[in-house]
Amino acid sequence: MIFKKLILVGFISLFFSSSLYAADCGPNGQSIRILASDFPAIHAIANSAESNCAGSASEFNRNHTTEARQIMNAAQTPNPAEYTSVIVANSTLVQLMNDGLVRPLDDLVEKYGGHLKSNQLITVDGKIMAIAFMANSQHMYYRTDILEKSGVDGIPATYDEVISAAEKIRAAGIMEHPLVMNLKVGWNVGEVFNTIYLAHGGEFFKPGSAEASINNAKGVAALETMKALVEYAHEDHLTQASDDTQGLWEAGQAAIGFMWGSRGGVILDNEGSSAEVTSNTVLSAAPTVTGGSIPGATLWWDGITIATNVSDSEAEATFAALVSGMTSEMVAANNDDAIWLIDGFKPGPAAAGVSATAQGGAKSYPMFAQMGLLHNALGAELVDFLKGSESAEQALSDVEAVYETAAKDAGYL
Amino acid sequence: MKHSTFLLFSLPSLSVMFLFIAIPIVSVFIQSLHIEHKQVIIVTENCDPFGCETTTSVDTEASAKLKEKAPLGKFNGFKTYSNRMHFAFDELGEAWKSSDSFTVFVKKLYNYPLYRALSFTLTYTFIVTPFVLFLGFLVAVGVNNLPKMFKGPTIFASLLPMIVTPLVGSLILFWMVDGDGVIGATLQKIFNDNSLSLKASPVLTWIMLMVYGIWHLMPFSFIVFYAGLQTVPQETIEAATIDGASKFQRIRHVVIPHLMPLAIFITLILLMDNFRVFEPIIGFRAEAHATSISWLIWNHLRESAYPLYNAAGATSMITIFGVAILLLPVLIRTWRDFKEKNKG
Repeated sequence: MIFKKLILVGFISLFFSSSLYAADCGPNGQSIRILASDFPAIHAIANSAESNCAGSASEFNRNHTTEARQIMNAAQTPNPAEYTSVIVANSTLVQLMNDGLVRPLDDLVEKYGGHLKSNQLITVDGKIMAIAFMANSQHMYYRTDILEKSGVDGIPATYDEVISAAEKIRAAGIMEHPLVMNLKVGWNVGEVFNTIYLAHGGEFFKPGSAEASINNAKGVAALETMKALVEYAHEDHLTQASDDTQGLWEAGQAAIGFMWGSRGGVILDNEGSSAEVTSNTVLSAAPTVTGGSIPGATLWWDGITIATNVSDSEAEATFAALVSGMTSEMVAANNDDAIWLIDGFKPGPAAAGVSATAQGGAKSYPMFAQMGLLHNALGAELVDFLKGSESAEQALSDVEAVYETAAKDAGYL
Repeated sequence: MKHSTFLLFSLPSLSVMFLFIAIPIVSVFIQSLHIEHKQVIIVTENCDPFGCETTTSVDTEASAKLKEKAPLGKFNGFKTYSNRMHFAFDELGEAWKSSDSFTVFVKKLYNYPLYRALSFTLTYTFIVTPFVLFLGFLVAVGVNNLPKMFKGPTIFASLLPMIVTPLVGSLILFWMVDGDGVIGATLQKIFNDNSLSLKASPVLTWIMLMVYGIWHLMPFSFIVFYAGLQTVPQETIEAATIDGASKFQRIRHVVIPHLMPLAIFITLILLMDNFRVFEPIIGFRAEAHATSISWLIWNHLRESAYPLYNAAGATSMITIFGVAILLLPVLIRTWRDFKEKNKG
């Protein structure tokens, strides 16, 4: 009897403790379905949402895939939508908003988002459309030992200084190709242009219209800078994306790199590389142009959205679960996985590059509805220039022509 | 066979072909004639953790209304076929006028995606096809002359390139030809040139893709020829031997004529397959130096946020016509042979 009673007491206390300390998960018995990209920070957010609220939900499903971008519109268009929430970034929020697939979150933030910071709220035309939880951007990585050995003073802060540092490393016979950049044909090469073009103070579109405006002196200057950098980049640069450049860096085959901040933690940890590389790798701000002040980078955030085509109570439960995970305890447990925008984040060496780039006044990745089309055109048409078979002006006018054709077909022009 | 019996007999396959081949092709064609409705764009103020910016957004409600009225999109006629993404007639007219020599014009032609893709696709088709045909035949003759106990394992090994999925096969080779890979590093050593890169040079990339294509498709022609070799009439061979024909003469005058119908069949299949070359370009990340017609279709649809169904549809139709034109000479020849035989 005593044993039975003990079990009963145990159960009751368990019940009370869990209901007393559990986070506010909104309506009970709802289905929560999340589509997200696949990297540690997103897992951390989704894990804590699941451990907080999976108990009160009828189902809690997560689909983590690096191809999330490719399937999200198709998955969210039917009613009811396949997922109640998609975890997005700047460009993917636009992609969903273009088809009206995310709902405004103002009332939900009021009800469940007391602990969110105001800079986590992504607003479009005054309406909250997403809750950001982490930041990311490209920035510079450098090897102190190699710069020192080849006689470079200080950290290169402008593109010209990067180029002369690369020349010194080459002249010292240490490396023939000291630079690594993500220049794979397509999205990556287009993104490198975006960063350098923004550093030159360029604008992508004529104000208030969808007409591209990159074929100008700033565009040409950006391409010239790009070409000068590419001279020092690995021969196979047109095939290299993040995984490849990270690999080259960890193998000690590069001295200066332009890579994503989210790779910082992975590069600095003690896996996949030698102590010589990791102990001498420093992350710093993306360079500016000589005489300029804007770092050559695009700032990104990752955040949660809630689907339009789901019931209000499912939306509420999903939102409550996801923001319940955005606490300083979660950040403390996963501090080095990301540059968190949530309270309690202690920036380590892996966060230095993104922080410096953001503080330097870098621009966000532009949220124009038609940006993706221009980005595509850049990714396809700049290659001829980089290979040396076309002039900068010709390449830029090709980009504009390709963009114009695609934008007309897609209804933006 | 009575005509009605024949019709009944082939009805199931005909109806399946109609449902799953003819109708989709027609729908793709109709899609290629339409473009998206005009998006209703509004200027908005967007704020994120890094500050506020004035940008543009799509007014989804207004755009949805337009879509509801005409779900297919806006009728565009054949403009998708003639625009810069495809035949680029206007641009070519300009280029023709402004070029003082034919080579300058060809160079300008190369600036337009369809022509660039066509140049690689056709080169690939016309180089890979004969090589596969010829090498496949040689391997088949070689295997046929092996002692019986070696035949089985040799056939299996020779079929391997075909069994390996194209994407995986090309990816493995992609790693091997890297500067740090087995093939890449060896080549660098042989030519004593540390900056030699198969991936950075357009010519070497083309050669690499074609060598891969030959390696991958050879088993197909080999196995068909090998099957054909089993049916070569031994009496004729023996008669030729008695008449004093050498081994080469026997192959030239007995075996090859016997296998000719098979060679035509293989050519047809290879032309079709090679014209649609796609996977190696992705596997080798060769987009910078080589694009194909199929790669263009994929590229039009790649960005899920802005899928250009009209452009993809138009490129698909162009592919179908391209294949038809390629096959025409072979088909005409077959038809003529068939008629001659019937006369005799």
